[in-house]
Amino acid sequence: MTMRPLRFLRRGRLVEIDSFHPRTTLLEWLRLEERSTGTKEGCAEGDCGACTVVLARLRRGQVVYHPVNACIMLLGQVDGAEVITIEDLAEGDSLHPVQSAMVENHASQCGFCTPGIVMSLFALSHSGKMLDRGSVTQSLAGNLCRCTGYRPIVEAALGACQGPVHDRFSATMQASAQVLAALDDDTNMFSGSEEVFFAAPRSEAFLAALIERYPEATLLGGGTDVGLWVTKDLRDLKQIIWLGRVNSLQEIEVHQDRLLLGAGVTLEEAMPSLGAIDPDLQTLMQRFGSTQIRTSGTVGGNIANGSPIGDLAPALIALGAVIELGRSGETRSIPLQDFFLAYRHQDRRTGEYLRALHIPLLSEGTHFRAFKISKRYEEDISSVLVAIRLTLLDGHIVDVRIACGGMAGTPRRATHVEQALLGQPIASSVTWKTAGDTLPNDFAPMDDHRASAKYRMQVARATLIKALAEIAGLPTENTRIYPRRERVAAHG
Amino acid sequence: MDEVASNTMRSSSPADGAPVPQVNRPLPHDAAIRHVTGAAPYLDDLAEPLGMLHLAVGGSPKARGRLKRLDLRDVMTATGVVAVMTCDDVPGRNDIAPAFADEPLLATQSVMFFGQPLFLVIAKTRDLARRAARLAIIEIEEETPVVTVDQALAVDSSVLPDYAFGIADASASLALAEHRLSGQQRIGGQEHFYLEGQIAMAMPLEGGEIHVHSSTQHPTEVQHCVARVLGLAQAQVVCEVRRMGGGFGGKESQATQWAALAALAAYHTKRPCKIRLDRDEDFVLTGKRHDARVDWTVGFTQAGQLTALDMAFLARCGCSADLSQGVVDRMMFHADNAYFIPSAKISSRRLRTDTVSNTAFRGFGGPKGVLAIECVMSAVAAKLGMDPLDVRKANLYGRHGSVTPYGMGVESSATGRTVIETLEQTADYRARRSAIAAFNERSSILRKGLALTPIKFGIAFTISHLNQAGALVHVYTDGSVHLNHGGTEMGQGLFIKVAQVVADEFGLPASAVKVSATRTDKVPNTAPTAASAGSDLNGMAARNAALAIKTRLAALMAQKAGCQAEDVVFAEGLVQAKPKQGEAISMTFAELAHEAYLARISLSATGHYKTPKLNWDRSRGTGRPFHYFVWGAACSEVVLDTMTGEMRVTRVDILHDVGHSLNPAIDRGQIEGGFVQGMGWLTTEELVFDRHGRLHTHAPSTYKIPVASDVPEDFRVTLYQEPNEEQTIYRSKAVGEPPLMLASSVFCAIVDAIQSLSPLQQVILDAPATPEAVLRSIEHLTGGAGL
Repeated sequence: MTMRPLRFLRRGRLVEIDSFHPRTTLLEWLRLEERSTGTKEGCAEGDCGACTVVLARLRRGQVVYHPVNACIMLLGQVDGAEVITIEDLAEGDSLHPVQSAMVENHASQCGFCTPGIVMSLFALSHSGKMLDRGSVTQSLAGNLCRCTGYRPIVEAALGACQGPVHDRFSATMQASAQVLAALDDDTNMFSGSEEVFFAAPRSEAFLAALIERYPEATLLGGGTDVGLWVTKDLRDLKQIIWLGRVNSLQEIEVHQDRLLLGAGVTLEEAMPSLGAIDPDLQTLMQRFGSTQIRTSGTVGGNIANGSPIGDLAPALIALGAVIELGRSGETRSIPLQDFFLAYRHQDRRTGEYLRALHIPLLSEGTHFRAFKISKRYEEDISSVLVAIRLTLLDGHIVDVRIACGGMAGTPRRATHVEQALLGQPIASSVTWKTAGDTLPNDFAPMDDHRASAKYRMQVARATLIKALAEIAGLPTENTRIYPRRERVAAHG
Repeated sequence: MDEVASNTMRSSSPADGAPVPQVNRPLPHDAAIRHVTGAAPYLDDLAEPLGMLHLAVGGSPKARGRLKRLDLRDVMTATGVVAVMTCDDVPGRNDIAPAFADEPLLATQSVMFFGQPLFLVIAKTRDLARRAARLAIIEIEEETPVVTVDQALAVDSSVLPDYAFGIADASASLALAEHRLSGQQRIGGQEHFYLEGQIAMAMPLEGGEIHVHSSTQHPTEVQHCVARVLGLAQAQVVCEVRRMGGGFGGKESQATQWAALAALAAYHTKRPCKIRLDRDEDFVLTGKRHDARVDWTVGFTQAGQLTALDMAFLARCGCSADLSQGVVDRMMFHADNAYFIPSAKISSRRLRTDTVSNTAFRGFGGPKGVLAIECVMSAVAAKLGMDPLDVRKANLYGRHGSVTPYGMGVESSATGRTVIETLEQTADYRARRSAIAAFNERSSILRKGLALTPIKFGIAFTISHLNQAGALVHVYTDGSVHLNHGGTEMGQGLFIKVAQVVADEFGLPASAVKVSATRTDKVPNTAPTAASAGSDLNGMAARNAALAIKTRLAALMAQKAGCQAEDVVFAEGLVQAKPKQGEAISMTFAELAHEAYLARISLSATGHYKTPKLNWDRSRGTGRPFHYFVWGAACSEVVLDTMTGEMRVTRVDILHDVGHSLNPAIDRGQIEGGFVQGMGWLTTEELVFDRHGRLHTHAPSTYKIPVASDVPEDFRVTLYQEPNEEQTIYRSKAVGEPPLMLASSVFCAIVDAIQSLSPLQQVILDAPATPEAVLRSIEHLTGGAGL
């Protein structure tokens, strides 16, 4: 096993960087080192999308184009990718089709968000998706525009991103795939010294060895949280171990009765298989951050950072997920619900890292519902998230798991409510009311800028009742402003 | 582009065969191609001069108190730090206030708001400056801060005197009214969230002069402020701005502090210095749209006609006056919106709180006036069991009277009525009203709401002397045209509009007119680009400049052809002289420019313009503050979840008055963008301050402006293109601010949906109508809803 510097592809040339501070962001490198100033900083926290650039990577044999937030992505994370920025799309005076459509539709005003929007649409145009308005606006959830009101941008996207796109990137796809494949080898990347380094191990054994040797090092998943430690808290991170190249953490396996997601799987990659479990999970994933956040952020990162409002944890606790932790030479598995000990304090021992999640699929007669309440429907953090898995036998509740986010210092189960529901008839409004009335026995939520404690309790109660009523048969056209999706195709 | 053309209503079009003018064409933004390729440089993208230093500010950890200790030793010795400055280093006046000298550049003994800059770090990189700024030891003898409107009222604290106009006392006419109703409307503030944050760069020049690049809507104020702070003559300071990444009012008065800090650092270090705020700092350190409580009592007839109104605006101004005099005046000017109210008392208080000073924001107070009276209309309708649109129509200007509470005649009221009545038809209001009633009848959890609301917005700065503009036009010997004026480009398309105007004077395509950065050494003593007046003012000034050159060129051409100057025509790149007798002669514009040069004729001219007819006497509260009014109407439909308070806008129809548009594509962008920004203000955008005066929603992760999916798919926008009745540039109308207020239709539609739960009761809904606010309103009305 060899060690080597950071290397990535830029404008057709291999860039190798021997020495860089591990907390350097991609945006800093682009703007301050390369002096490519087309990419903007709007918020430095991965929310506004002005810094959107595209990373081309080889994923399961295909070149994929992922929009990412350069402001919170650390430079080391581009290892093995091609970095494409706004300056790279036009060929001389000839605009890229996405750029032409933006001009023709009068889709820029102040223009500051525009490079990021063009890059998001460029990635969308290479996604191979058939687009409708909904999929376009979802793809743009991570791009804030304060001037246009979005209508012309959406029209530009519908015009230019539809169908197979023909540009110089599609024309040279084969060659790109070869170059990217050559970069995607089995070497371990390590840049820096014993004290200050950025490491990107390929093998899990080397990862475990690194964690053992540098117990204070920061484990980096997608950087959608750690990036803010750097840009906002100005934390002087000196030792960073990035998990994004560890092969064995990237697995997705669909078994008869469970789904296995490696901890390094991105939220975007996990979406199809998670969404296949239940339409509400699909909706939840689509409302999770933005495309830029989902293409960087990992399922493991979302769990391991212990946020009381992370969207994945309550849903997966309700589904009965088990997590697998690794340490050099050993693994242990615990129910996800037991991982969260207290506010931002998890059951992760020295030297341990999150390996995988095992998520039971829904069996016949088992129902699932998830409700996310936020000020804004898309790209917002939950005030409250309620997830419920419920099994019926002859109209009675024989098994139930309810988990809430935003209601306590950790994502947690509503055990009193569960007890109160067991054995009760689902179709009775008395059952629903009992569930709602029992909720205060499980939670005493907080006031904060997202919602008051009172409102949190009110909507947790309301959505719990709604979930029960829907499972009992109330059509969701009558219960939701966005009706529940149709069940998507099964795993395959 | 065809779509834009088809989405307009107008009576006339250019005659067949006539040259196609540049004005009224939907040309793209002057920098559209540079925007989409990343080639439009914003201030932070400019090449950095050698030796550039970077700045960061250190702020107060408390909202109110006395500074006891400011220990900067660790800051000074931190890596990369070149210098650290405090108020003691200000050579001139430590004053950045736009008008009332009540706000320092760097705090002195007492602190005024959480985060207020106390010191300035100058370092080799921005990262090092930010890190060093966090090393200060700061002790404040803390006093309990005044944070909210109610707290400010309790301690009777104001930044400026109370003010009122209309009748002195409305109680007699209210007492006579057939019906009376009172209410209290709370309206939240709004963060500008321009995508490009505050930034400035200062270059020291010879002789103590300073050249400042600033992302500002008001270069002249930056110039004046820098001169004042450094003790220089105004002529020693140049301010330059090519473009802003959005402004929305947030860079009208509040870009000056950062420019002045950069200039202060450059003055002392003799090196170029740049400051760029982090987004979170930008939220905490710059002012917002004022929040307010509006207390009202209204008198009305059984037919829904208003007879009397007493409305008081209790506006939270923050720690200093800033622009609050004008902002709160404009709230009052728009308390009537489109309605004639025979007997109205409009009063205001400008409340002082220990929070960042609130400032201009698109609409400049007007949106609160409009929203308040629209909520009154909804309440009156509920009380009488009438359709709110019928109440609104019964009160429109022109039906029973046409004089505003401040004494200005509403001469264009017919336009307003036409716009509203047309939209009522095209939006199919009555049929949808029935359908929604039927839906609500059978739906328990989900409720729909509909509202059609008008706007009338007054155009002019209400401070009369600001209603002037200057421009500078050069023609070069190759016929290319260089245009400069006092207006700034923040995305609103001002540069292309003014270029279109100048192009038409010379008979050239707009692309032949080179627009250039706004600079105080080219056009001096300018007004801010604000009050929607950018194209009205600068378009006229630039046209006057172009006309001066054109007149000289026409005289030369006439001399050559032996005809009158009136016989010279500039069109499609050619200049033609057509004498009544003799041969017509023709040459290209470029050839004529070159000949004029050889004939030693000046090819450069300035132009000036002042808005006519203005006559406002603030002390007497009467006169004509506005040149004219802009009209519009919007019809919005929403669906609400009464169990969670979640809401979705499902359809919006807009008909908006733009006069004879200078550029319908640009105008449509302003209408749509303004509406969506207003919708954000009234729905998802919530500023949460705690009792210590700290802002908790200080980044896009916590402060939620609209995203693409918040805009309804069914969004029908039409331009109403009848020529302005006043003699504005090509009879166009201002468009920047008015459309924001069309979003009151969304808020009123939410009120309407809530109202369906209990038809005759008064709905109390605070803005913004977040899910929590909606649920609180429902709970107040019904004691809780649900299954």
